[in-house]
Amino acid sequence: MKELLMGNEAIALGALAAGVQVVSGYPGTPSSEVLETIAKRNPGHVHVEWSVNEKAGAEVAAGAAYTGARAMVTMKQMGLNVASDPVMCVNYIGVKGGLVVYVADDPGPISSQTEQDTRHFGKYARIPVFDCDSPAQAFQAVQDAFSFSEKHETPVILRSTTRVCHACEDVEIPDSFPGKASAAFEKDPKWVIFPGLSYQNKKKIVRREGEFSAEFSEYAGNTLEGNGPAGIACGGISYAYVKEAIRGLEEHFTVLKVATPYPFPSQLARRFMKQCEKVLVFEELDPYIEDALIYEKGIADEGESFPPVLGKRSGTVPAAGELSAVTVSEIIEKETSVPASIIVPKPEGRPDLPVRPPVLCAGCPHRGSFYAVKQAVQKALKSAAKAGDSAPFTQAVFHGDIGCYTLGNAAPLNMVDTCLCMGAGITMAQGMNHADQTSLNFAFAGDSTFFASGITGAVNAVYNQADMILCILDNSTTAMTGHQPHPGMGVTMMGKRVEPVDIMKVLEGIGVPWIRECDPLDLEGTVSTVTEAIHESGVRAIIFRSPCIALFKPKELCVADLEKCVGCGRCIREIGCPAISPVSPEPGNDGGAPSRRKVRIDPALCTGCGLCAQICPAECIRKEAR
Amino acid sequence: MTNAQENNNMIRSCLLCGVGGQGTVLASRIIAAAAMNRGLSARTAETIGMAQRGGSVVSHVRIGHSIASPTIPKGRADVLLGFEPGETAACLDYLKPGGTVIVCKREITPVTAALGLSGYRGESCLEYMLAHTEKCYIIDGDSICEACGSPKVLNVAAAGALCACGEMDLDPEDFREALRQRLKPALLDMNLLAFSLGMEAVQTQE
Repeated sequence: MKELLMGNEAIALGALAAGVQVVSGYPGTPSSEVLETIAKRNPGHVHVEWSVNEKAGAEVAAGAAYTGARAMVTMKQMGLNVASDPVMCVNYIGVKGGLVVYVADDPGPISSQTEQDTRHFGKYARIPVFDCDSPAQAFQAVQDAFSFSEKHETPVILRSTTRVCHACEDVEIPDSFPGKASAAFEKDPKWVIFPGLSYQNKKKIVRREGEFSAEFSEYAGNTLEGNGPAGIACGGISYAYVKEAIRGLEEHFTVLKVATPYPFPSQLARRFMKQCEKVLVFEELDPYIEDALIYEKGIADEGESFPPVLGKRSGTVPAAGELSAVTVSEIIEKETSVPASIIVPKPEGRPDLPVRPPVLCAGCPHRGSFYAVKQAVQKALKSAAKAGDSAPFTQAVFHGDIGCYTLGNAAPLNMVDTCLCMGAGITMAQGMNHADQTSLNFAFAGDSTFFASGITGAVNAVYNQADMILCILDNSTTAMTGHQPHPGMGVTMMGKRVEPVDIMKVLEGIGVPWIRECDPLDLEGTVSTVTEAIHESGVRAIIFRSPCIALFKPKELCVADLEKCVGCGRCIREIGCPAISPVSPEPGNDGGAPSRRKVRIDPALCTGCGLCAQICPAECIRKEAR
Repeated sequence: MTNAQENNNMIRSCLLCGVGGQGTVLASRIIAAAAMNRGLSARTAETIGMAQRGGSVVSHVRIGHSIASPTIPKGRADVLLGFEPGETAACLDYLKPGGTVIVCKREITPVTAALGLSGYRGESCLEYMLAHTEKCYIIDGDSICEACGSPKVLNVAAAGALCACGEMDLDPEDFREALRQRLKPALLDMNLLAFSLGMEAVQTQE
């Protein structure tokens, strides 16, 4: 049966076809749809869970694989950093059932903090890596990865990138998937990691590198196409760009596709290089294949000669960002005698185009939380100045987190001063507080990120006596990555209702001395709670509780009365809601500055949160039932 | 005609451009499904994640045989299917010489423009596209949505317009079948109406 599948969906169905029994993971773009698809297409016997974070997920999957069951853990490249402790170690122990660590890299980066390359992580950890270049190929690759893992009793990394994860293709899939296989853990000292055992196993891991490399040189996924004089080496989505760029010009090229970057298929690569006059390497992220080819050249036998290798190291291919068929085509024209196949039009004299960075959705409760904190801080600084006191702090610093709250960075809120990695805001606020007592530190975290990696930071703050305000923006979901459930929500990926883990009780249990809860859509009440917190000392925590607007159909909407609107622009200037825009000027009148025009609220976007109504000085905005 | 050109004629490419939340992803799936109903191969690629939050989004749809790249190279889109004037004008470098533009006329004012941090007027972009492209259909998406009773049918109306322009070489029945396959029965009639009104919007401009 043919089905239009996203790369991530194809990987999920490939894993089901391979008989996977346990799938764990933590959401992160561009990886999340794998686990969601497993849950959606679960034949019934597969345990599937969103784990609390990637480390937990990797350990769950490893435990399952020790029993002989096939297991997979899914994450994005940032998550591999979190999971690297168990992933590095499990390679020294090995597995019984196939264990696939699925990691989605994000060239660009489009939705990530770094452009790290998981192929290098695999090489560093000495874990075999399979790469994906299209949904149909990924469907096969995940099955090959499971077979390889089980045959050699080793964990395997399956790597993909955004343009494969989120591309769709018509893929042939089986009508049904295998049922539950038996699995039973057998006790053996080999499952206990000890320095002596690690020494012995390290020798095996190094020894097998050459054997795997030889096996991969024969692997059907690694291919050599054509016999033209110009060599092109590529892997992953770059293979698709190369095919697009040389369409109709194939006779000039020999193309090497590397689908198993580690251990590198050296014999195949040498065969490829020997038949080329020159080699161009097209790959995103790191110059991984390029370095591997240069290494092969470096260890050439006497009398063996290899052509020049050009790529990122030589400055021929851009060092960062995504590649495209156009870039590949342009580089081919520059470096070979083959003309570019793709001509890009250059539209001239276009009028001003929209500048549209991502923003918090209309009605997002985070907007109310950020705005209330901003107001409370400004009030505290103002009243201290008025009273002639020396203010207890000279500025407030706002530490962000990874998720929708990152969008609090955008104008006009400007409420993110630092942002590093998941959960980091809570602990960075402490470090800043210990070094600089003139600033008041606020750390923002989401409900899901609090569970993922915020709890340890909160314990650290209480134990090490930090002075900070922890703001948990609890919208009852993992919103940015597509609304996955988490421990605070009372529902699992198996569809079971469970007792939710209560953030308030967690904070109490940790020993946070001052905890309050508020509704961020009630501006006055929230400002007053934050003001109270500002005047306390030690660790203070505020839970801003209001559900993500994407989870509900709005019942109300706000309407601006144009008779009453004075065109002061305060609503636009203060909160920057995408539903509010200046009304278009009458023909023949430029209408003045957009920020001084009367406003219109887009009924399609407005959710009736009412934040704008609470700040309008002319009281021109009213709520109406939908 | 060179080999390269001949091969590319086997593939039809449409770039959907809009703002996060306008439903471009579903539209791209429906076009792909319509092509598959015709026995063709299909590839799509789109922006998912942070940019969806009110940011600029594009969906690439390619149908035909032996498609290599899921993304359309610049200069190789047969059609730009625009959900917003400025977002469409921003993607003009994807359009092949002589290609077709279909664009919904209502501007969505970005927060940056509302704040006066950037200048942008949808109308100027529409005028530019009318003057600088060979075939440009302007669609009144709002009135179609009003006639259907939901702002959510803009994407299906756009698919209707795309079908009617003929560039993708697909039959309306392929699309209607795709809608029946992909939509909840309760939403089907409304969307079939939106599809027909989208088709009409182009046909009346022929």
